[in-house]
Amino acid sequence: MASLISCPHCGTRPKEEFYIRGDATPVRPAPLADDEAWHDYVHVRANPRGRIHEHWHHAAGCRRWLVVERDNFTHEVFAVTDAAAQKEGAA
Amino acid sequence: MRYSAFSILKQAFAGNLGWKPAWREPQPKPHYDVIIVGGGGHGLATAYYLAKEFGIRNVAVVEKGYLGSGNVGRNTTIVRSNYMLPGNEPFYEFSLKLWEGLERELNYNVMFSQRGVINLYHNDGQRDRYVRRGNAMMMEGVAAELLDRETLKKMMPFLNFDHARFPIMGGLLQRRAGTARHDAVAWGFARGADRLGVDLIQNCEVTGIRRENGIVTGVETTKGFIGCNKLALAAAGNSSRVGEMAGLKLPIETHVLQAFVTEGLKPCLDHVVTYGAGHFYISQSDKGGLVFGAELDGYSSYAQRGNLATVEHVMEEGVAMIPGLSRVRVLRAWGGVMDMSMDGSPIIDRTPVENLYLNCGWCYGGFKATPASGFCFAHLIAKEESHHVARALRLDRFQRGFPIDELGAGTQPNLH
Ligand SMILES: Cc1cc2nc3c(=O)[nH]c(=O)nc-3n(C[C@H](O)[C@H](O)[C@H](O)COP(=O)(O)OP(=O)(O)OC[C@H]3O[C@@H](n4cnc5c(N)ncnc54)[C@H](O)[C@@H]3O)c2cc1C
Ligand SMILES: [Zn+2]
Repeated sequence: MASLISCPHCGTRPKEEFYIRGDATPVRPAPLADDEAWHDYVHVRANPRGRIHEHWHHAAGCRRWLVVERDNFTHEVFAVTDAAAQKEGAA
Repeated sequence: MRYSAFSILKQAFAGNLGWKPAWREPQPKPHYDVIIVGGGGHGLATAYYLAKEFGIRNVAVVEKGYLGSGNVGRNTTIVRSNYMLPGNEPFYEFSLKLWEGLERELNYNVMFSQRGVINLYHNDGQRDRYVRRGNAMMMEGVAAELLDRETLKKMMPFLNFDHARFPIMGGLLQRRAGTARHDAVAWGFARGADRLGVDLIQNCEVTGIRRENGIVTGVETTKGFIGCNKLALAAAGNSSRVGEMAGLKLPIETHVLQAFVTEGLKPCLDHVVTYGAGHFYISQSDKGGLVFGAELDGYSSYAQRGNLATVEHVMEEGVAMIPGLSRVRVLRAWGGVMDMSMDGSPIIDRTPVENLYLNCGWCYGGFKATPASGFCFAHLIAKEESHHVARALRLDRFQRGFPIDELGAGTQPNLH
């Protein structure tokens, strides 16, 4: 259930401790990228039904940015990782 | 069958055995001039006005469940036009004017009740904001009144005027605003459209959009392929998924909003009241139940149910505003999935795909828009041109830098 999120640093916490930023998949374009790229990044969302990745900020806990992987139809949470760790992993 | 005092009387003497179904259950024809995806309020209203105002009657509405199984039957029924921005106010006022004649227009009792909507304020800053909103409304010719604390106390003595943190200082009232029976709105438009020859096809899910040389030629459905000249999407909450079938990517995220109704009480709440300190809104249905809701659950969701944490939050807000609410039993709670657009305002426009028209992004304020949304969407489909009150609701407004951000929340769908 998305009302409980297991922070890798703080353990299982109610969602009220988090600020939910939304879709974690859009990648920030280069500062001088064209308008189309910025429009895509700022406004357009794939918005699939099923497994998604989202940014949640543990505002009332460790204050780390997390990436939550969950199903937005069943509310099941599969994985929560630190956003920085994910970035390093991807690099 | 037209409804009238006489028809009721006649049926009463005939044991009520002569009532006919309000619409037919046709099989899909191979081809229509216009197919509308989504048998919610907006899809049905679009079909009705296409046939009635614009003379296009070879129309089908294709609905995956039963008519009215989406948000039109799940909302808290508030109808108002107290918007502030120029792109919104004339549109919602056009809608309110249509509401005022809807029952006569449809020959159907949608229980439209202009009981007044009051937005409470709790500090000087909020008062100034409501004064500004009231002024913006009056500049569009829409009446608004500022109520002070003493007036409110007489009208609603049960409000928590002396809350330690959010004392109620006053409110903004729009008298012509109110509520309507949501199911009846869907049924009224459905019956009206059916009588004009529109085919309402239920239990028929659109699973694909067929295109030839880039032009839409019809839809794949669970009842087979249905061809059309023009395809109109009005699939609130599922717009991204249906849009994707034609390669569209939209400025939308899907979120769940919950609503609640209590046991029936004697008449006690004469208006729709919103709690400015949070985002709570409440009214009393004609049956006596208190109908209320608050904010989104926060995260994107396609589930037509919410989470208990939000239930608790809604109850807290309600009890902060009306302490007596803590002693009332809640009978039912439910959720609806809605398009949350990037600026909190809707989209009525053509799409980059030829013959494909889009009506989406109503966030959680689209019920009040039902008649105007249908009228303007039908206008667009029939005349290939935006209706003048819907001109600001174009899809490319984000790209052009003309969002309609009523709340000033930025491009953050869960904040609108
Ligand atoms: C809890 C809640 C409270 C609300 N309160 C208010 C309020 O007080 N005032 C207000 O103005 N607004 C309110 N709203 C918002 C309002 O209800 C919606 O914006 C509006 O009803 C959306 O338009 P619609 O009626 O056409 O949508 P819907 O009734 O959701 O219609 C869309 C239809 O499309 C169908 N569909 C989807 N995909 C497919 C497919 N692939 N094939 C075929 N059919 C498909 C769905 O089954 C659905 O019936 C509220 C919403 C919720 C959820
Ligand atoms: Zn933490």
